[in-house]
Amino acid sequence: MTAGAHVEVDKVSKHFRIHKRASGLKAALRSLVHRDYEERRAVVDLSFSIAPGERVGFLGPNGAGKTTTLKMLSGLLHPTSGNLRVAGHIPQQREPEFLKQITLVMGQKQQLLWDLPPVDTFELNRAIYDVPRGQFQETLEELTRLLDIAEVSRTPTRQLSLGERMKCELAAALLHRPRLLFLDEPTIGLDVSMQVVLRQFIRAYNERFQATVLLTSHYMEDVLQLCSRVLVIDAGTLRYDGDLVSLVRSQRPEKRITLRLEGEPSPEQLEKLKRRGLVQHERTQATLQVPQKELRAVVASLIEELPVVDLTIEDPPLEEVLRDLFAKTKTPSGRAPAAS
Amino acid sequence: MAGLKAYPTLLRIGFAEAIAYRAELLVWMLTTTMPLVSMALWSSAAAGQRLGPEQMGQAELVGYFTLTLLVRLITSSWVLWQLTEEIRSGTLAQRLLRPIHPLVSYTAEQLAALPLRGAIVLPLALGLLYFFARGQITSDPWLWLCFVLALPGAWAINFLSMALIGLLAFYVDSTLGLFYAWIGVYTLMSGYMVPMSLMPAWMAKLAALLPFRYMLETPVRMLLGWPLVGGAKDTLTGRAEAFWSLGIEYGYVVVLLVGVALLWRAGLRRYAAFGG
Repeated sequence: MTAGAHVEVDKVSKHFRIHKRASGLKAALRSLVHRDYEERRAVVDLSFSIAPGERVGFLGPNGAGKTTTLKMLSGLLHPTSGNLRVAGHIPQQREPEFLKQITLVMGQKQQLLWDLPPVDTFELNRAIYDVPRGQFQETLEELTRLLDIAEVSRTPTRQLSLGERMKCELAAALLHRPRLLFLDEPTIGLDVSMQVVLRQFIRAYNERFQATVLLTSHYMEDVLQLCSRVLVIDAGTLRYDGDLVSLVRSQRPEKRITLRLEGEPSPEQLEKLKRRGLVQHERTQATLQVPQKELRAVVASLIEELPVVDLTIEDPPLEEVLRDLFAKTKTPSGRAPAAS
Repeated sequence: MAGLKAYPTLLRIGFAEAIAYRAELLVWMLTTTMPLVSMALWSSAAAGQRLGPEQMGQAELVGYFTLTLLVRLITSSWVLWQLTEEIRSGTLAQRLLRPIHPLVSYTAEQLAALPLRGAIVLPLALGLLYFFARGQITSDPWLWLCFVLALPGAWAINFLSMALIGLLAFYVDSTLGLFYAWIGVYTLMSGYMVPMSLMPAWMAKLAALLPFRYMLETPVRMLLGWPLVGGAKDTLTGRAEAFWSLGIEYGYVVVLLVGVALLWRAGLRRYAAFGG
């Protein structure tokens, strides 16, 4: 166990027993007397630790075990084996002092009372989390201002748009000033401007309260903007734990050069671009992928030989990096048939 | 217990939710008026005669079934539906994340609806008692005390039985079959359809061994001053039996509480929270 860690995961595994059945009446009748089960290993020997105040991205394809891990960390699921410690507590014991320190926000899942305005849920949470009235008012005013929910918080939840609801959900989840935020795809389904608002808010909350943030998202922009460290999980196993820049460079040591030319390139110019590592071309725009060590020479020759109007150099998109990572480390899904 | 300080707020918000479902509440309450139907049937059957050891005539039957309606409305619980749905859909997760036991929050939601239900049914019940069953309610203060003490126990047995069945959703795909079996036995053995003293002797003996009578008929009989095992009205005998039955009733509460606690603990270990 790492001293001072806020989150400590030590060789944790989680297996589920899933009932499998084919379609059709015959299969349905058969399942009355005999059921086939399959054991699904959602998380396998996972180990990592997170220090207080860190913002960590938790990445992986669908079904990788991200949400299962977050649910174990918040005490919703019992691990099959291994040890977990969060803020010095064992999550599965669900002690009130532990639950008051954490929050789990799952995009499109809700705690707001459906037929009542969000203010009622806020008041309910104040009472349940035993937040002193003065602190509650101060926190609510701050959250209302940061998330701009003054006008919507008195409207029944069922009449709010998705974006309005998500902002109110976040407010409800943070009223008790948790020190640990588990955010499971918090920006899913939100428009671009709302995603920006939420990211800014999460960053501000982390900096103001030194809260630890563990975030899963399929929007790489969330991770890029918020997290300097990432944990990459695939088929329940940790594939990478480290900073984002090193991840990108270890998987794709190339750089991406995007050129805008004066006009559409001629066949000869296109040939030159292909020899330099052209990966995409559309009218006057061309994208090349170049090894880091050749970058300077290639850029110099492109500017000399072609009518370049604009040029940008960046790392390959994180989506591609992760796609390559998962493709390289493809393992069996960890499924085994179990006795019925 | 953690979160009990929040109970008044839980009740207030629960009441706000209950009155948000206005039409549904009314429809639901209309479905629990079976005692009035039974009252009409048995009153016809009792025309010109007296039934059972209590010598029930029309006034006695109106008194019995009116109180049955009231007690049923006060003590009924729908926690089974909530638990089953939330376990299956995974939305129990939202309750588990809060520092208050989900069963505590369920009790608040059930109790919060009582004032509204009482406000609708009480005038009807008082009217029936005043015009058709005056003099049926006991004036014995000890039996009144026993009745007041019996009501929370009846509610608790109901709530905990429903919770026990609902918690089986951790283990099985559907608890509906078990619920329907339970409600069938409840209907027969609690005095809901028929006073137990009018049932065959073997059924009354069986009912005496089960908790169902304590959920309904026992508090009703206390308030009517009727002995629990049948016989002529005898306040002294009725009072002793009332206290004894209180003891058995709360014994059932303790047993059910232990059962719910054990099933809850074991069920949570299996809970997969899919979808929630």
